[in-house]
Amino acid sequence: MKLEVRELRKSYGAFAALRGVSFEVRSGERVAMIGPNGAGKSTCFNVVNGQLRPDAGTVRLDDIDVSGRAPRHLARLGIGRTFQTAETFASMSVRENVQLALLSHRGRCGSLVANARCAFVAEAQALLERVGLAAQADRASASLAYADLKRLELALALAGEPKLLLMDEPTAGMAPQERSELMRLVVELAERDSTAVLFTEHDMDVVFGFATRVLVLHAGALIASGTPEAVRADPRVREVYLGSA
Amino acid sequence: MSASAVLLQFLNGLAGASSLFLLASGLSLIFGVTRVVNFAHGSLYMLGMYLAVFLAPRIGFWPALPVTALALAFVGAAAELVVLRRLRHAPELLQLLATFALVLLARDFALWTWGPEDMLGPRPPGLSGAFEVGNGRFPEYDAFLCLLGPSVFVALTLVLRRTRWGVLVRAATEDREMTGALGVNERWLFTGVFAVGAALAGLGGATAIPREPASLGVDLAAIADAFVVVVVGGLGSIPGAFLAALVVGEVKAFCIALGLERLVLGVEFIVMAIVLVGRPWGLLGRPPARAVPRRMDDAGFALDGRERLLASVAAALLLLAPLVASEYSMVLLTEIAVLALFAASLHLLLGPGGMVSFGHAAYFGIGAYAAGILLLKEGWPAWAALAAAPAASFAAAMIAGALCARLSDVYLAMLTLALAQIAWSIAYQWDSLTGGSNGLIGLWPKGALADVHAYYSAALALAGGAILFIWRAVGSPFGFALRASRDSQARAETVGIDVRATQWIAFSAAGLFAGLAGGLYAFSKGSISPESLDVTRSVDGLVMVLLGGVQSLLGPPVGAALLTWLQDMLAREVPYWRAAIGATVLALVLLLPQGVAGLVGRRPQ
Ligand SMILES: Nc1ncnc2c1ncn2[C@@H]1O[C@H](COP(=O)(O)OP(=O)(O)OP(=O)(O)O)[C@@H](O)[C@H]1O
Ligand SMILES: [Mg+2]
Repeated sequence: MKLEVRELRKSYGAFAALRGVSFEVRSGERVAMIGPNGAGKSTCFNVVNGQLRPDAGTVRLDDIDVSGRAPRHLARLGIGRTFQTAETFASMSVRENVQLALLSHRGRCGSLVANARCAFVAEAQALLERVGLAAQADRASASLAYADLKRLELALALAGEPKLLLMDEPTAGMAPQERSELMRLVVELAERDSTAVLFTEHDMDVVFGFATRVLVLHAGALIASGTPEAVRADPRVREVYLGSA
Repeated sequence: MSASAVLLQFLNGLAGASSLFLLASGLSLIFGVTRVVNFAHGSLYMLGMYLAVFLAPRIGFWPALPVTALALAFVGAAAELVVLRRLRHAPELLQLLATFALVLLARDFALWTWGPEDMLGPRPPGLSGAFEVGNGRFPEYDAFLCLLGPSVFVALTLVLRRTRWGVLVRAATEDREMTGALGVNERWLFTGVFAVGAALAGLGGATAIPREPASLGVDLAAIADAFVVVVVGGLGSIPGAFLAALVVGEVKAFCIALGLERLVLGVEFIVMAIVLVGRPWGLLGRPPARAVPRRMDDAGFALDGRERLLASVAAALLLLAPLVASEYSMVLLTEIAVLALFAASLHLLLGPGGMVSFGHAAYFGIGAYAAGILLLKEGWPAWAALAAAPAASFAAAMIAGALCARLSDVYLAMLTLALAQIAWSIAYQWDSLTGGSNGLIGLWPKGALADVHAYYSAALALAGGAILFIWRAVGSPFGFALRASRDSQARAETVGIDVRATQWIAFSAAGLFAGLAGGLYAFSKGSISPESLDVTRSVDGLVMVLLGGVQSLLGPPVGAALLTWLQDMLAREVPYWRAAIGATVLALVLLLPQGVAGLVGRRPQ
């Protein structure tokens, strides 16, 4: 699997949020995209994921140009995603959330008479076990603690057996303990299926503890890229970002 | 058309636009600040008309105008204080239902006070003459109106820009959370906005009396006009309302001038549909800052044990009813079964779909007309005509659903209303096909279905079967995908759901079942009229769903039974049955916000 982003540009009105961003992510890599608030990280994810259409530039997945395709098509091509503020299906139980994701990924949402609550029960349970939510399967998802909501999002993304997992601030709003727990889980899952992971993060312990490579975005442009050690030592990065953090 | 004739029509359009602006600006103001879609705004206008007609002979026409506006300001403030303030944090649908209850109360208040006859207003003293414009004449009073609308617009703009109150109103319109953060005393701001909005509606009504008589039906006609203007202009935008009033007023005037009278009833809705499809936020409106997530504590729309038992007992009783029931109750029960299906189909949209429709009656009516026309004019057998009803509605709903695809919330509600009004005006005016305002009569099925008991059994089987199918579908993978699309569009897309297609299919399916209900209804009554697809029926559907409880599958049929039975009983025994229903609805909304079904079903935490 290879994600290849070339010269991506995106403006909101007159404001250029992305000014020509290029990078690659391959299977087995865990790439952290860091940058100050408003640097354009979420915008970049939204373009890669199809939520937004780029003004210019291309997104290639295994050498196929997928720029501007709808998120649901990209989901089928193997892109999974979690959001900066957790998005789940609030009216459903935890298990139903995962059941629906499985039904959708397997193309079974056309049925009008089957009972959705009886679909993929075992597989849903297995997925919930993987993310450590098995005990909460019957709870209303709206009543979950925030850290658990993030885990549920992860389960929803994993239901599509993604080759590339985009995680926008996966640990935002969590206690330090929960952060490393969740990231260890992600690493474990990614290594098992050699999934590529691209994530944004403000917590430097998480970034330097779990990323194999770091991209630094500042005002819509990449200013550094490399191993965590190299990026940490980069004077420009220290200036615009780490210095102020 | 000569230049002077064009000028005359332009002036006529201007006068109409002024009235429209007075009517609509208050609604826009109220919506902008409070986010309440005030269905009772047309009733305020109607009360303004009656009050002015009543006052004019006593205190004089001109003094009656400001006095009426002032009186209506108190009425508006009172409505906010007594009813809407208690519903501040209730779901917007409940607020809507409450304002509709106020419509019913106001209607019967006018009936009780001033009687059922239309009341003609006086000629305006001092302005009863007319100017010569080319070969035509332009009333002096209309010239006064042409000036009044823009003057009120300027005054309103000044108040909004220059006074502290106006600044607060604008802040609240633009960013509600920010206002809360600034510590603005929201409550009094809301009361004040209701008072001013109501005063404008009252002034609009009062100034209309030299041109048209005060009558009871004015309320719904006025609210439909006001919705159009507000939505075309952009919700919450006063300049938008002014521009939209001009556009609609002129388009109407020139329709008449060009001999297109038939278009007049529907043309404003055509304008609204075009605007909403092209510019979903109106001419001068702005897209909402962020999508508000829909919270719906629907407990998954699964029937629990008690609800199942209740539904089974009800089904058994209904199946056995023909053995004991009189012919009269058979007819009533048939109507209940049919309207239960109508309510269930609307609930599919409203509940699992999260799509609010103000025009669901269109598909009911299209089904009814399709069945009636095919039976009567094409000589189809009843069963075939009945089968064609849902097919026709399905086709119409597919087209409407495609137009509605980009919209949500209030805008969706308004476009569905506009499309329904277009359907209504076609039914009302296409005499040769639909029988015009009289409708079609003699739609009795022959053969086996001619007997009232037999027809009841058939209708019960079809409607009951369709309701069970809807219930099943809500729990199916498709139903889950529909709820997922409502809960979080972004998340639904990223797990691979085609949100638009899912919602479109649901919209079309809801139309299909409403059409089946409509077809069954036509043959049970033996007649159809444009009333079968007017706003009142759409609102009845909403009332049924909300009365029964939108969170439960059982709610809509229960609500349908309750409302239909109430209407039947009250209409026979109580002179002011509308007010009685309004009061009942209001009491339920304030005391039992979960709906009646909330009493038996599991209560969401
Ligand atoms: N829909 C939008 N319309 C206009 N401007 C936007 C929109 N979304 C984002 N922006 C702006 O674009 C810039 C980049 O936003 P983005 O959300 O991509 O930043 P980010 O790097 O994810 O920041 P954060 O760390 O706070 O999440 C910001 O300045 C933001 O204000
Ligand atoms: Mg972000």
